[in-house]
Amino acid sequence: MLQYKNHFQKLELLRANKLSLKKNVQDFLTSIAKSKNLNAFNFVFEDCLDNAEIIQKKIITGEAGKLAGMVIAIKDVLSIKDKPLTCSSKILGNFNSIYTATAVQKLINQDAIIIGKTNCDEFAMGSSNENSAFGPVLNPHDNSKVPGGSSGGSAVSVAAKLCDAALGTDTGGSIRQPAAFCGVFGLKPTYGKVSRFGLTAYGSSFDTIGPFSNSVEDTALILEVISGKDEKDSTSAESEKINYSNSLTTDKKFKIGIPKEFFGAGLNQEINVAIHNILNKLKSEGHEIIDVSLPLSEYSIPTYYILATAEASSNLARYDGAHFGFRSKDTPNLKELYTNSRTEGFGKEVKRRIMLGTYVLSAGYYDAYYNKAQKVRRLLKESYDKVFKNVEIILTPTTPTTAFNLGEKSNDPLEMYLTDIYTTSANLVGIPGMNIPVGFDNKKMPIGMQLMANQFNEIAILQLGKVISEL
Amino acid sequence: MNSLYEAVIGLEVHAQLLTETKIFCGCSTNFGNPPNTNVCLVCLGHPGALPVLNQKVVEFAVKMGLATDCTINRNSIFARKNYFYPDLPKGYQISQFEKPICEFGKLVVVKNDGSMKEIQIKRIHMEEDAGKSIHDQEETTLIDINRCGTPLLEIVSEPDMNSAEEAYLYLSKLRQIITYLGICDGNMEEGSFRCDANVSVRLKGESQLGTKAEIKNMNSFRNVEKAIEFEIKRQIEILEDGGKIIQQTLLWNAEQNIALPMRSKEEAHDYRYFPDPDLMPVEVDEIWKSEIEKKIPELPDTRCKRFIEQFNLPNYDAGILTSSKELADYFEKVTEVTTDYKSASNWIMTEVLKVLSEGKIGISQFIISPVNLGNLIVLINNKTISIKIAKEVFLEMLKSNQEPDTIIKDKNLLQISDTTEIETIIDKVITANPKDVQEFLSGKEKVIGFFVGQVMKESKGKANPQIVNELLKKKLSQQK
Ligand SMILES: [Zn+2]
Repeated sequence: MLQYKNHFQKLELLRANKLSLKKNVQDFLTSIAKSKNLNAFNFVFEDCLDNAEIIQKKIITGEAGKLAGMVIAIKDVLSIKDKPLTCSSKILGNFNSIYTATAVQKLINQDAIIIGKTNCDEFAMGSSNENSAFGPVLNPHDNSKVPGGSSGGSAVSVAAKLCDAALGTDTGGSIRQPAAFCGVFGLKPTYGKVSRFGLTAYGSSFDTIGPFSNSVEDTALILEVISGKDEKDSTSAESEKINYSNSLTTDKKFKIGIPKEFFGAGLNQEINVAIHNILNKLKSEGHEIIDVSLPLSEYSIPTYYILATAEASSNLARYDGAHFGFRSKDTPNLKELYTNSRTEGFGKEVKRRIMLGTYVLSAGYYDAYYNKAQKVRRLLKESYDKVFKNVEIILTPTTPTTAFNLGEKSNDPLEMYLTDIYTTSANLVGIPGMNIPVGFDNKKMPIGMQLMANQFNEIAILQLGKVISEL
Repeated sequence: MNSLYEAVIGLEVHAQLLTETKIFCGCSTNFGNPPNTNVCLVCLGHPGALPVLNQKVVEFAVKMGLATDCTINRNSIFARKNYFYPDLPKGYQISQFEKPICEFGKLVVVKNDGSMKEIQIKRIHMEEDAGKSIHDQEETTLIDINRCGTPLLEIVSEPDMNSAEEAYLYLSKLRQIITYLGICDGNMEEGSFRCDANVSVRLKGESQLGTKAEIKNMNSFRNVEKAIEFEIKRQIEILEDGGKIIQQTLLWNAEQNIALPMRSKEEAHDYRYFPDPDLMPVEVDEIWKSEIEKKIPELPDTRCKRFIEQFNLPNYDAGILTSSKELADYFEKVTEVTTDYKSASNWIMTEVLKVLSEGKIGISQFIISPVNLGNLIVLINNKTISIKIAKEVFLEMLKSNQEPDTIIKDKNLLQISDTTEIETIIDKVITANPKDVQEFLSGKEKVIGFFVGQVMKESKGKANPQIVNELLKKKLSQQK
């Protein structure tokens, strides 16, 4: 068991020499080795131990960064110089990054310890972490269940206490959904809040990087470190610099919107009850609960899958066997080199999405699919803008069910896509969303609740998240 | 051309921009470096790399747009053009599709018969160049990514041209403008200025366009003209034989002087354009636009008009002198030394251009400085040397790159205007040619030419011809 609940407590222990960072890191490495069956890690960096003593000294002398000694796992779609980058795909099986992603570099600059790279759905495409060339990740609460996806390994590494925190990526729910299934905090920031430089692109206009952790405090702290405008990412945005970790406590009474479309027939009753219990407590604490409507929500899944796959079909064109990564041995000519390398190198779900995306961009279909979906995206954004005029937070379930069984939805992609029904809207609209663990169902599987706020209003989510986590 | 038909031609020009770095990364655009040395994770398309737009490219595009009377779109967007090719590491080219930076431009060309023709420019957009595939190894294709990401402007005309001549003139005009702006070196042979042509023919008076063929791979101005002529003829022949034109892409073969169809699998792409989500829309506001406008140098048409007025030159001279910015600059530097503008023009248009075309060099590589050429003209005009001697001095300047004064002194070429000295020579010539003196005296005044020649020869060309003439007449008459 860890002696601390969040990084502030850990730092105090380290500063007072009541905790050896080296031992702490060693314990994590041992836990990872013992939990190999969970398959959470693609690569473990044993040499991260070397940093532990140096960083502990820096902590004692007061020269250390904000994240000094925080042990963090990185989803294997983010680049780290001279480390493998596989995206859990055979097609990048032999690939090493030649540079470090901005978000990861910012963690390192603040003296975090990077312990390894976590398993995920191939190229972040999936909702169960079953689409991985490294095999599926198991849910630590019940090994017959999926951990969610695509950042399943990151969620599990935090839930199973194999590290202090992890970075994941969220394109349609890939942080919040596995966080819900595994019972941890998972924050998807505003689009553009965190530089995408070094994040292997899936759906470029949706992709975000965010933290998994076991506390609102650590979530806030990591967000504070990784966010900010980056010259290397034109879509990153300058936003008000907030010291999130010092601004969590507030007496503010929030106006909380409950969209009825998120509490319909598909929602599991136990989740519904758990959330309404929270709502009642919030009401009694003086927060205002307001019924709102987001009528276009039913279109979020098709809209998301058209636009994200369109972008993916182009983003994944570079994995062609010609320049880097996997190349088929069977290459009689250029066309076969492409076809065979991609046929052998990509998994089934990735191929499905490339084909879907290629189709919606094709001559004659572009207007009917891609353009129409862009229009829906704009309308959806307008509907959220309208709701945010009246409420500061939108509160919803994160997922319609708790974690399902391994293999349960593998043969039904549509059923699988519907597990993202409550999360894709935030990506379409570009707003932040966070999963908060709010209890367990009768099978002891975690239940997750989602808070969303307007663009760059992460602070509201974090503040209310802290209130809820202390209810 | 069969006079029943008219050709319809549109040109697509790709101009490589003279920025120091590539369009979306910090790599050098330097030409001729060893293969795959001007590369980075962005232009190699590594996972997680993102493009960042080089603002200089926008500036250059706006310059070209303004110089060709285009509307500059306040907002334009980059799009991805998707296709697989080994010299395209990302599997897509970043270009502009639905909202290009410049639209609705035009330029005017003057045809050989003196008539003017306005040609509309449909659009100008920014894009990245691809790399190069090198197929010279057996069974192996080598890829050089150095050129990948070099900024290009694509300039698309409306199908407004009706002959190879018009296409040639339009292309020359574009090249003239783009090199005046200093944003492209305009070198077709080296591929930094490339042109594809869409050609169709139709019966005169027909309002619908015929089926077009696209011709590529014409890497010189002359080839563009020849290829278009070839294609017009080919299409008319097909129609005359009752055949149909098929839409296809042809490659010009300069050795055989024919255009041959590309293999069909190399065409028929569906590029699946869509807005590039990695780049924000490009915004060119009024302030930026006017800042760029201020940096535009005097353009060829304006400069030509000014040369006619300011230097009192014939249209023909002004046209040739302003054909390139460097030549016009050279001329203007000569005029800072001498006010004899017509002589300056003559010297440049005859002697200088002859040297350039013989040596296949540009004016920038021409050894004689404009100041020295100007001084040479001054020396002629103040009668220090004759035109004949000046031409000798000019040749010597080409060889030794010395100042004309120095050459004249060193070679003792000063014109002899001293009458005593000239009289001595004349006396000598008269004594040596008694027969011719008799002819002169008998009324054959033409013989004077012979005497002038002899005196000039005797003086090694240095005698002042005017003085020689006067003195000869006097001396010969005294022989009576
Ligand atoms: Zn580069």
